[in-house]
Amino acid sequence: MTLLVVLVGLFGALLAGNRWSDASMTPALALDLEGGTQIILTPVADGDEEVTDDTIEQTIEIIRQRVDASGVAEAEITSQGGRNIVVALPGRPSPETLELVRESAQMLFRPVLAVSGPTAVPEAQEGADDAAGAEEPAAEEPAGEEPTAEEPAAEEPAAEAPQVEPTDPSDLAWITPELQAEFDAYDCTLPENLTGGSSLVGDPDAAVVACDENGFAKYVLGPVEVRGDDVERAESGLRVSSTGAVTNDWVVNIEFDGEGGRLFREVTTRLSSLESPRDQFAMVLDGLVISAPSVNEPITNGQAEISGTFDRESAGTLARQLSFGALPLTFEVQSEQQVSATLGTEQLQRGILAGAIGLLLVGLYSLVQYRALGLLTIASLVIAGAVAYGVIAVLSWTYGYRLSLAGVAGLIVAIGITADSFIVYFERIKDELRDGRPLAAAVEVGWARARRTILASDAVSFLAAVVLYVLAVGGVRGFAFTLGLTTLVDLLVVFLFTHPVMALLARTRFFSSGHALSGLDPRLLQAKTRYTGRGGVARAGERAGARSGPPEGEVPRRTAVPVGADERRTTIAERRAAERRASSSTSASSHDERKDA
Amino acid sequence: MPSRMAQWGNDLYAGRRSYDIVGRRRRWFTVSAVILLLTIVALLGRGLNGGIEFRGGTELVVEGVAEATQQPAVDAVERVVTEEVPRVSVLGGDSVRVQTLPLDDDEIAEVRTGLAAAYDVDEAAVSYSTVGPTWGQDVTSKALRALGIFLGLVALTMTVYFRDWRMAVASIVALLHDVVITVGLYALVGWEVTPATVIGFLTILGYSLYDTVVVFDKVRENTERVGEQHRYTYGELANLAVNQTLVRSINTSVVAVLPVASILFIGAFLLGAGTLRDIALALFIGIVVGTFSSIFVATPLLAWLKQRDARSAAHEAEVRRRREAAVAAAEAGPSTGSVRVGALVPGQHLGTRAQPRRRRPQSRPSGPGGRS
Repeated sequence: MTLLVVLVGLFGALLAGNRWSDASMTPALALDLEGGTQIILTPVADGDEEVTDDTIEQTIEIIRQRVDASGVAEAEITSQGGRNIVVALPGRPSPETLELVRESAQMLFRPVLAVSGPTAVPEAQEGADDAAGAEEPAAEEPAGEEPTAEEPAAEEPAAEAPQVEPTDPSDLAWITPELQAEFDAYDCTLPENLTGGSSLVGDPDAAVVACDENGFAKYVLGPVEVRGDDVERAESGLRVSSTGAVTNDWVVNIEFDGEGGRLFREVTTRLSSLESPRDQFAMVLDGLVISAPSVNEPITNGQAEISGTFDRESAGTLARQLSFGALPLTFEVQSEQQVSATLGTEQLQRGILAGAIGLLLVGLYSLVQYRALGLLTIASLVIAGAVAYGVIAVLSWTYGYRLSLAGVAGLIVAIGITADSFIVYFERIKDELRDGRPLAAAVEVGWARARRTILASDAVSFLAAVVLYVLAVGGVRGFAFTLGLTTLVDLLVVFLFTHPVMALLARTRFFSSGHALSGLDPRLLQAKTRYTGRGGVARAGERAGARSGPPEGEVPRRTAVPVGADERRTTIAERRAAERRASSSTSASSHDERKDA
Repeated sequence: MPSRMAQWGNDLYAGRRSYDIVGRRRRWFTVSAVILLLTIVALLGRGLNGGIEFRGGTELVVEGVAEATQQPAVDAVERVVTEEVPRVSVLGGDSVRVQTLPLDDDEIAEVRTGLAAAYDVDEAAVSYSTVGPTWGQDVTSKALRALGIFLGLVALTMTVYFRDWRMAVASIVALLHDVVITVGLYALVGWEVTPATVIGFLTILGYSLYDTVVVFDKVRENTERVGEQHRYTYGELANLAVNQTLVRSINTSVVAVLPVASILFIGAFLLGAGTLRDIALALFIGIVVGTFSSIFVATPLLAWLKQRDARSAAHEAEVRRRREAAVAAAEAGPSTGSVRVGALVPGQHLGTRAQPRRRRPQSRPSGPGGRS
């Protein structure tokens, strides 16, 4: 049976994952069950600009960078309902971490004053050794930009008098001894220096120390010269050479707006005349350098092209980061919720208890209503539960799905909807039995009709779940997910378990003979004799089990009944009298099985 | 009881017992209209009692309290925030919930410490949530948008599946009916509406439609060849469908309500206010109303819509004309003119009136088997 394969496959995969990977046999729990903190943020753009999907995605990247670097494990950051960002942090995160999440990010362009390898330089090595020591790691710098590993004479300005006022943002006079000391001591391999956030952005009007976003290099950067919101747009694409031919190199094109273009012209004019690395300008997003290309020539028209060893993906990433910079967002905290672990566990236990009671009641009711068939209902529900559990566990392993309290509610509600499929099916079988079909045939015909109904109603249910899932936020989503999932599981179980088992049961003597406890007793259902054509009728309630014919009962049993061979012949007068009696009584229908002579 | 239920089901199926739901639609429509009016008035007049998610504010829950009294919480909060008297309620047996104006992080920390001390519990046992005033509205506006899109898609799906836009219209009217009544009941009683309640409302959509689809599928099956016969009208066959699915409707509702009721029970008595209880309460009402509407609103409405269709009306007139002619022609036939509408079961005698009749003024029917 296919269902068996599905079940074995699901749990086999889980077991295998459990043994050789990090899968758990139980589904991961959302923080309202596990305990933790959830913050829902809505990014708001300054002015009335549209917040695009790209921006949201980039925002999530930034928050993820901050959270991951701050050492919180298993944080879950997702976008929901198009515009909201949900940050779920397990446990009890520190106020600093929470603050970090809520902060807005900004993009700044600063000139590079000095570059070096990421690690801190030991005090003793200061001076000439510094250059040599830093050269090696810098050479490995993977950031696809043009900067070579040529080491700056970064320590030179340190010798200068700190009182000297820097003349322009590229002036090395920005590097005061304190800053130099900070730069030397700064370690970009430490995660706390890679979190991003306002503490790392620093004073926009002064020189700062900053890390490469991947922690591969550290920089001393001059004051802010151009702001991210001066970027009109940024796109990635293949370079178009001056002759108009498309080359194979991926580049990122930035276009500045009027003010930004003017500023950028000034910067690039100045930078292009400087020696490396001071000919570089760093793009700083959220306090981290995402790119630091060198300027080859002054850019006067506000349209810059960044080239380097980009591939399609890295060019796209940079373009997206730059576009994000173009639209500074602030985050509006929609809701912040902290659930203690004990409360979560308690909720889960109570939820499971409620589900168990619900299942029990449904089981009892279907036993009363459908007798032995109730057992089939219960078995089907149990299997549906097992499949749903397996799918959720596998999903939480592979896709990081987390079961929330609303999700649990969805599961419990789904018990009813799943059980309804069986009710529709069984009622249809009963209807067919009432028409006088033998059980095997009733099961087939009833199934054909019930299938349509089940498909249609489940389709509507599923549609509702999908619409809710796509459009909704927070708890609604968890609920819609389990509802949609269980609708599919319901179909799976009805098609692959309930119906085949029903067809098998129909062959057993207990059911086909219409045992009083089978729930399908034709006598109880007052099944009619059924006309089967050619003057024959099939009598319901006959022991179909005694048949020696084909098992599926596609040929109904026929007994030739001569027309008019009624057990009770009546005269015309008697019939008239009976008719009058019948018509005078309230039940206008004369339902006795009289046949015309 | 099951045997009586089965007997009842048999009668309903065969049409021996029939509830004229479609025919007496005026009555059911009136019932619905009165309830609708009542709930709409409540909705407009009293409005909904939005939970903290809609007002905005901070909610703190202290668990594992030895003695669940309210006063310590009030004192603890007022020591930190003086502007507003907090709303304190006891949840379950051992939890205290405190709702205040939105607090900032420092205030929350202070209040938590204060609460933990006041109830002599660990600070970790005090959980909190802060909600911006727009959050609930955001959820609701998203829900409304989801509702709009969902209705559009459903109308399309149903029209395609049943090949009849009237079924789509009738089911959507029934659905709106359910949602309005459920939401209105919340306004009437003054229950608190939380995002979890909104989830419940949205689920009613799915459930109400699900229920209606099952009934309509039977209507479709019964009336598939309605135009090819002149024994029954569309309305009668639709009514038969409702009666035939009555047992299923009841069973389904019971089965759907049981788990929901168990959540409601557990939620209300063991957990106190929370996601589970809020969803369950909305669903409980929605399922009851949904069952009512799929039987008493959707199908009668469908029959009414169908009656307004010219071809259907002509068919109905033809059925009535033939029926009257038959009654007039019958010598000693019953003059009630009522017709039993039931499943056509081959091999079963449908009663004398189902037989061809001799038409008096015309010539005698030819062939053997004609009745005398």
